[in-house]
Amino acid sequence: MNAPLHPDDTAEVFVPSPELSRRMLLGGSAGLVLALSLPGAASAADEPKYGADSQPGGAKDDPRLFIELAPDGGITIICNRAEMGQGIRSSVAMIILDEMGADWNRLSIRQAEGDEATYGNQNTDGSRSIRHWLTPLRRCGAAMRMMLVQAASTRLGVPVAELEARDHKVVHARSGRSLSFGDLAVDAAKLSVPPRDIVRLKDASALTMVGKDRVFAHDGRAMTTGTATYGIDATMPGMLFAAVARPPVLGSKVASFDATAARAVAGVVDVIELPAPAGPPLFQPLGGIAVVAKNSWAAMKGRDALKIDWAASPHDSYDSRAYRDLSLANARKPGQPVRSEGDVDTALAKAKKRVVAEYYLPHIAHATMEPPAAVVRCDGESCEALACVQDPSGTRDTLAAMLKLEKARVVVRQTFLGGGFGRKSKPDFVVEAAMLSRAMKGTPIKIVWSREDDVRHDYYHTVAVQRLEAAMDGDLPTAWLHRVVSPSIISIFADGIDREQGLETGLGLLSMPFAIPNVRIETGEALAHTRIGWFRSVANIPHAFAIQCFAAELAEAAGQDPKDYLLRLLGPDRLIDPRTIKDANYGEDPALYPIDTGRLRRVVEVAGKGVGWNGKQPKGWGYGIACHRSFVSYTACAFAVSVTDGQLTIHKADIAIDCGAQINPDRIRAQMEGSVMMGLSLALSGEISFAKGAVQQGSFDDYPVLRIDAAPRKLDVHLVGGGLDTPPSGVGEPGVPPVAPALCNAIHAATGRRIRVLPIGDQLSGPVQKL
Amino acid sequence: MAITLKVNGKDRSYAGDPDMPLLWYLRDEIGLPGTKFGCGKALCGACTVHLDGNAVRSCQTPMSAAEGFAVTTIEGLSESGDHPVQKAWREIGVAQCGYCQPGQIMQAAALLKTTPKPSDADIDSAMSGNICRCGTYDRIRAAIKRAASQEAGR
Repeated sequence: MNAPLHPDDTAEVFVPSPELSRRMLLGGSAGLVLALSLPGAASAADEPKYGADSQPGGAKDDPRLFIELAPDGGITIICNRAEMGQGIRSSVAMIILDEMGADWNRLSIRQAEGDEATYGNQNTDGSRSIRHWLTPLRRCGAAMRMMLVQAASTRLGVPVAELEARDHKVVHARSGRSLSFGDLAVDAAKLSVPPRDIVRLKDASALTMVGKDRVFAHDGRAMTTGTATYGIDATMPGMLFAAVARPPVLGSKVASFDATAARAVAGVVDVIELPAPAGPPLFQPLGGIAVVAKNSWAAMKGRDALKIDWAASPHDSYDSRAYRDLSLANARKPGQPVRSEGDVDTALAKAKKRVVAEYYLPHIAHATMEPPAAVVRCDGESCEALACVQDPSGTRDTLAAMLKLEKARVVVRQTFLGGGFGRKSKPDFVVEAAMLSRAMKGTPIKIVWSREDDVRHDYYHTVAVQRLEAAMDGDLPTAWLHRVVSPSIISIFADGIDREQGLETGLGLLSMPFAIPNVRIETGEALAHTRIGWFRSVANIPHAFAIQCFAAELAEAAGQDPKDYLLRLLGPDRLIDPRTIKDANYGEDPALYPIDTGRLRRVVEVAGKGVGWNGKQPKGWGYGIACHRSFVSYTACAFAVSVTDGQLTIHKADIAIDCGAQINPDRIRAQMEGSVMMGLSLALSGEISFAKGAVQQGSFDDYPVLRIDAAPRKLDVHLVGGGLDTPPSGVGEPGVPPVAPALCNAIHAATGRRIRVLPIGDQLSGPVQKL
Repeated sequence: MAITLKVNGKDRSYAGDPDMPLLWYLRDEIGLPGTKFGCGKALCGACTVHLDGNAVRSCQTPMSAAEGFAVTTIEGLSESGDHPVQKAWREIGVAQCGYCQPGQIMQAAALLKTTPKPSDADIDSAMSGNICRCGTYDRIRAAIKRAASQEAGR
């Protein structure tokens, strides 16, 4: 991995831990090849594992791990999922407390340390928290309730069957006696945990919190009083602050530097050269020159005073415009088929009419409001980190591997995350702080990333050119050819990855749900020239954009209403087995989570109704709609917009989600609201571009994100389905993919302008961009 | 020469780099991390505090310009944390990740002081300098209206 910081270190080939490659395991062919080299990886002959069982650490259902009940009645829930805005801490607590019959007002929450062998999987990404933890957490709460009831039965000398746990006590209705949970805490703790097969979950009708549509926000007070501790707020005694000048181009490194002026800045303590990374990017820091100082300001000022010459990089020629042209050329050539049914070529050749469209989506940056931040103390033997990371256990593994420490001597404590969106699933910034602390002989280092650092050194959302072609013989397509040219996230883990891998094609590409007899989907060549990473809903963004915009283009070609036509494309309600199209199905059991086109149809109908599609449409307004299945949830988004003098007004936005069982409906609504805003942001202005290998943007002036004055005038969220009898599916990510295509479809309806190149930028006042 | 100012009612004296933004003084020097860093260029509003009651971006307020002012941060907006804006924020469930919310709340509190019954346009105009990447804008609008109506009902 890295060149050594200490002379006794020896450089060696870095072997990715299961942690680093966990998302590859969900992927297809390339992911599997890599996974096979890992210890403990599943072989093809093994029974497939689904859900939490497919994740490192799996799920745990031992109440002693997650519940602490004090004799004063205070209840502490240990949360093993990252809080980055989903409200997951509250949702986890709701699930447990409701099963117990415990009082929400007695609740405290503590984050679990990074340790998935103990706490089960802690990697908060992939919209998996509720999906994988609902049942295990319910079992925890139910087992705890049974232990409290057992303790009360002994104390009161009455049968368990006559007792009921509610309102934070165990009640014997017949005698009118009761014992509080606090009174029972010590006795209950002495009992053994009932085995899984006798743990009885409450009937849904007996639940008082789960599924109830009101605000459950345990952290609301801390977040509104400035007392919630984020990574950037964490402290350690005696800590110093560091700002790093990183190579502007991936693969570049320091050729020479002059720190004289930096050292002269008041408050600057030291200047340290970080080693350049070697091999694939992984989660390695980028290297560069660090200025260590007594406060953030001095560190940043010192960093700005550095004079650095950067060495040439193989990525110096990365230019977004040229790359787009190259990708377009690749999209116009045959690619590697990843799904093929019927005879697309014959159907296209025979077609009376062919419809072709090409789409472009640029890189985007996460721009979490809290930039990457951590405080780390690391000496030659041990390491302690306080950090805003999505995966504290994976961060621990990464720190141990990259700093060559015993894992047992590495502690990672997780703070609140000021936004995650996938950025903070990569702990490069924590490793950076650890390297600096070790170079400073164990002085704790707070790493401070400026906004420019964040925007210029992200793991970017991929860039994509897509070409779609359909054969139209009647008013429905008889053939569908979709080609995707987009670099893969796997490129950060391995060299030579030159196109989308199973990881990406499983994100809403293979699962194109339309009922079309001849289908071929292909991937074209696309090498990565920057660090590609997960961005909220990942490759679903480009895939849904192309598929759902093209559906509206086909409707236009057929002269039909886009919503009615979308429903016709979906065809009759049916279940598609994801295995028949080689779709990884987000690691979920195809029997529990088949692709259900009826659920897609319903969300389309609900969003369409919400936006007033079939009512009287005001003059000058345009309506657009899109749907998508991702993270085994079903979403549809619809907009009513108008454009006056090149200015867009979003009069109404509606988003509908069917995520199976609904645990915390208010937070599902919040995630949908946020998804609409994030989707609008990327559609309207999201673009990271490269010239001479370097990112051209730096802050919110040249990388604008959505502000309140551009938000929809009215926004309604519709929750579809939701009973505990349907398996839960994702919430954090699935709202994003349908937003951009629904918006562009609405703009077309309002103006006749077909936006195929994102971001929309000035295409409503100036010319529409063509590929 | 030392710079003197009041922070949340307490007299303070600072003798360091007069160019240091108030933001970093609050966060790094006197342990008030509720005021957040977002961009350092007054583009996002995460660092919003009150200077003699007016909302300002502390990342663009050098210590030399804070001399003599009374600074209020999110920690000092209300002793109990029950300023009408804070309460409305909790009742509506505005916060997602929560990071930008101290800045949003300080901006909203300043708005309601000058404009007790803000229109939709007033709200969008006053709040458009505060970015929320989680996208809580719809609830921010609702919470400001709720705080305004509760204030009016007093």
